[in-house]
Amino acid sequence: MTAAAPLGAYVTHRGPLHALRPGTKLLGLFAFSAAVLIAPGWISAGVALAIGATLAFLAGLRGRDFWRVARTFALIGVPLFVFQTWSAGWERGVEVIADLLALILAASAVTASTRASDMLDTVSWALSPLARLGVDTERIALTFSLTIRMIPAVQELARDAQQAARARGLERSLRARTVPLVLRTVSQAQLTGQALAARGIGDDEPQPRRG
Amino acid sequence: MISFNQASVVAHDGATILHPVSLRLTEQRISVIGANGSGKSTLARLINGLVEPSSGSVTVHTGTGTGTDAGTGTGLDTVADGAAVRRAVGFVFTDPSAQLIMPTVIEDVELSLRREHRDAGARRAAALAALDRFGLAGFAERSVHALSGGQQQLLAIATVLATEPRILITDEPTTLLDLRNTGIIGDLLLSLPQQVVIVTHNLELAARADRTLVVSDGRIAFDGEPAAAVAHYRERVAAQ
Repeated sequence: MTAAAPLGAYVTHRGPLHALRPGTKLLGLFAFSAAVLIAPGWISAGVALAIGATLAFLAGLRGRDFWRVARTFALIGVPLFVFQTWSAGWERGVEVIADLLALILAASAVTASTRASDMLDTVSWALSPLARLGVDTERIALTFSLTIRMIPAVQELARDAQQAARARGLERSLRARTVPLVLRTVSQAQLTGQALAARGIGDDEPQPRRG
Repeated sequence: MISFNQASVVAHDGATILHPVSLRLTEQRISVIGANGSGKSTLARLINGLVEPSSGSVTVHTGTGTGTDAGTGTGLDTVADGAAVRRAVGFVFTDPSAQLIMPTVIEDVELSLRREHRDAGARRAAALAALDRFGLAGFAERSVHALSGGQQQLLAIATVLATEPRILITDEPTTLLDLRNTGIIGDLLLSLPQQVVIVTHNLELAARADRTLVVSDGRIAFDGEPAAAVAHYRERVAAQ
């Protein structure tokens, strides 16, 4: 494999996080997020960032993956830092940026260490009390995993659109990069929907329980 | 058996995509050829209810194919019994990357098997068995994106056949493949125990079927013996 693992993709790796149950990881992520948001000050934010980075490392993410997360995050992170520093001081700027990055890394650690089908089973299990109220829990679980799956797919479409724009000498045109991306994303969604329908996944009918 | 009963398809803007067609498809291997935009794909999508007929009906008979149920009996209507029809009729698309949904090879097969196997362990074992049948067991933990085009199409077929449908419809399954993979996929499709309908531009593959339909401008222009059908299609193109 030459390509770095995209954000939102499972990394085949034998680590402590891979051995944990998906439900434990989701609860852990929830608790970590709450703690990060509650704890004040730039020092605790720094600690949170260190924990997030350690988790991501344990999940098998390496230098190249970190670099990509940081680069993508910089698009929002840099303007946010400038704004926070200007309006509330550098301590606040560091806190906000470190908090956000810590959460992104911790969430990446969960997706990198959890197989999508295990996540599907866990979400479906966690929602099972709702099944009695007539909620189609399988469908909700499928929506979750499709959402996670579509992140790298849309990234790939974005790269295609960018290359196509460059091939035509339009790399500076925002329109040439975004319009094809939006259209192809919708078209990909339709194809995926057809494929799901063809495989009988999510067909409008209660689960058959006969022999 | 698949039967079309005066089934037609009209687009939202009123254009006729498929004129009323009546067919009884009983042969094991059926190929469909014709120009781009002739209505071949629509014909194929009618069989598993991905497209619903504007008039008439399409029914699928899932009897074992032997005995009395083969020709008579009440079939499944693609509109009224859509979900049951899609369980009985598998569909393989041209572009496997749109069909493969989960990140890794084995998970995609497992997704097909969620309905039959509630237990994760049994599901995994069944998925591995399905992969093994197509020589893909060694790729179980790979990302579906890391596979070659031929392997992806093989996997797409494996995920569909994992649920053991009675009928398999394939819409240009070899269009994106190289010569070697075209041969592999073609041989596989023609050797399956299922009734197989292959929509294709590959005339060599089409000629290996038991019966061939030529679709032109939304009508069946020729229906019969494959070699004669291919010759008819070549003449028709040459005459234009």
